[in-house]
Amino acid sequence: MELICPAGTPAAFREAVDAGADAVYCGFRDETNARNFPGLNFSRDELKAAIAYARQHGAMTFVAINTFMRAGREKLWHEAVDDAVRLGADAVILADFGLMAYTAERYPDQRLHVSVQASAANADAVNFLVETFRAKRVVLPRILTIPDIARLAKQIRCEIEVFVFGGLCVMAEGRCSLSSYATGKSPNMNGICSPASHVRYREDGRELVSELGDYTINRFPAGEAAGYPTLCKGRFNVADERGYAFEDPVSLDVMDHVDLLREAGVSALKIEGRQRGKAYVAEVVSVMRRAVAANAAERPALISRLRLLSEGQRTTSGAYEKRWR
Amino acid sequence: MTVPTAMAVPLRLIPIPAIERATRLVFSHVMARHPGLFDRLGEHAAKRYGFIPSDLPVGFLVEPAKTRISVHRKPNLPATDASVTGGFVLLLGLLEGRLDGDAVFFSRDLTVTGDMEAMLALRNALDDCNIDLPSDIGSLAGPFAPLIGRAAAEIRSRVLPREAGQWN
Repeated sequence: MELICPAGTPAAFREAVDAGADAVYCGFRDETNARNFPGLNFSRDELKAAIAYARQHGAMTFVAINTFMRAGREKLWHEAVDDAVRLGADAVILADFGLMAYTAERYPDQRLHVSVQASAANADAVNFLVETFRAKRVVLPRILTIPDIARLAKQIRCEIEVFVFGGLCVMAEGRCSLSSYATGKSPNMNGICSPASHVRYREDGRELVSELGDYTINRFPAGEAAGYPTLCKGRFNVADERGYAFEDPVSLDVMDHVDLLREAGVSALKIEGRQRGKAYVAEVVSVMRRAVAANAAERPALISRLRLLSEGQRTTSGAYEKRWR
Repeated sequence: MTVPTAMAVPLRLIPIPAIERATRLVFSHVMARHPGLFDRLGEHAAKRYGFIPSDLPVGFLVEPAKTRISVHRKPNLPATDASVTGGFVLLLGLLEGRLDGDAVFFSRDLTVTGDMEAMLALRNALDDCNIDLPSDIGSLAGPFAPLIGRAAAEIRSRVLPREAGQWN
């Protein structure tokens, strides 16, 4: 199985390649990609250099152009595809059907992957994208169990890529409006979940208070590991109870199930974290590289060292091992 | 790791202009060696950033657009757009991108306040810069550059592993 690794900067890109990534995914420095954070992402020249570096080291480069086009501003997304193809991207990762159509028509030989943001999670949806736009791979949303993935793999005619480690979106990606509800900006349209412009941290006594827009997301007592200021990981008062209404501040880790994912028909394992620093990328990619090659008994010890780098310093297998309905 | 009291206390006695002079020399040299920082910062280069080592009696105000750093004795720290507080070694580790800012934040070893967009831009810009303080400081030492660089790298290797993984 391929190891698909994140890079938010050229420095992180080189670390990912050096640490053993089969492919590195990244995006342009604008709202065409779902990690449009300040100071992050690649200029055209930086992408060109990154692709050359990857090629020298036998790695591939996937370019995420995975937000949804806005009417009247399609040119920004079209140019992103034009430039990614021109610069030699091994694949473009797309979410918008209109952009998939543009790419399939203009660049019939360009490898096209369906972004997790497209929210294609059933055979009919995936096969439609394969037949209509010649998609070669689908990145599945993190809402399916491993048996769900195994059943799906038998019914679709493209490769499957799944997230196995890193930040955990608990919603169906591409359909989540929580950030938009709180801030007016979303990963789907603007490439930003819980934009930093709307985030505030303050100390209240010994508690760390995180706020997003007009909402208090969490109050962390002294000594408790903190999490991202997203509504889906917020601690709220619901009726008479105070707790996490959607999900705790945790990260995804399904490396214990790598063999099951392989048997289910998964082709590629994806690490989340384009917004993380190069130190994180280097550490996680090198450990994951060894974990994929290791046997099942060796993996927990390898992966456990990554827990302290994770949101809330805890991990979960999320919906992959869903025990609820 | 926190700075030992025996090392922090003298900073209470040294006049601020003297600390500032040494700090500015290093700062301007590092800025000149890493011009890519400004490109990534974009509009946020004009912001005022506070770096407040929790284990030192002084804080630093950085104004990237003016290529200026100033030193201030606690608690008389100037107003900033965004500031970060943590152990001095931790802050240096973040400056070099040897630590992941999110991971340090999750652990509560770091607190950030103010304009988070500006702070995020700075974090990402620094992360891409490949600042290497032993090398950068060493290059100020003329013919002694290799010696100073090696000594600084040795000090870093002794203090950073407690905070960072040995990934590079």
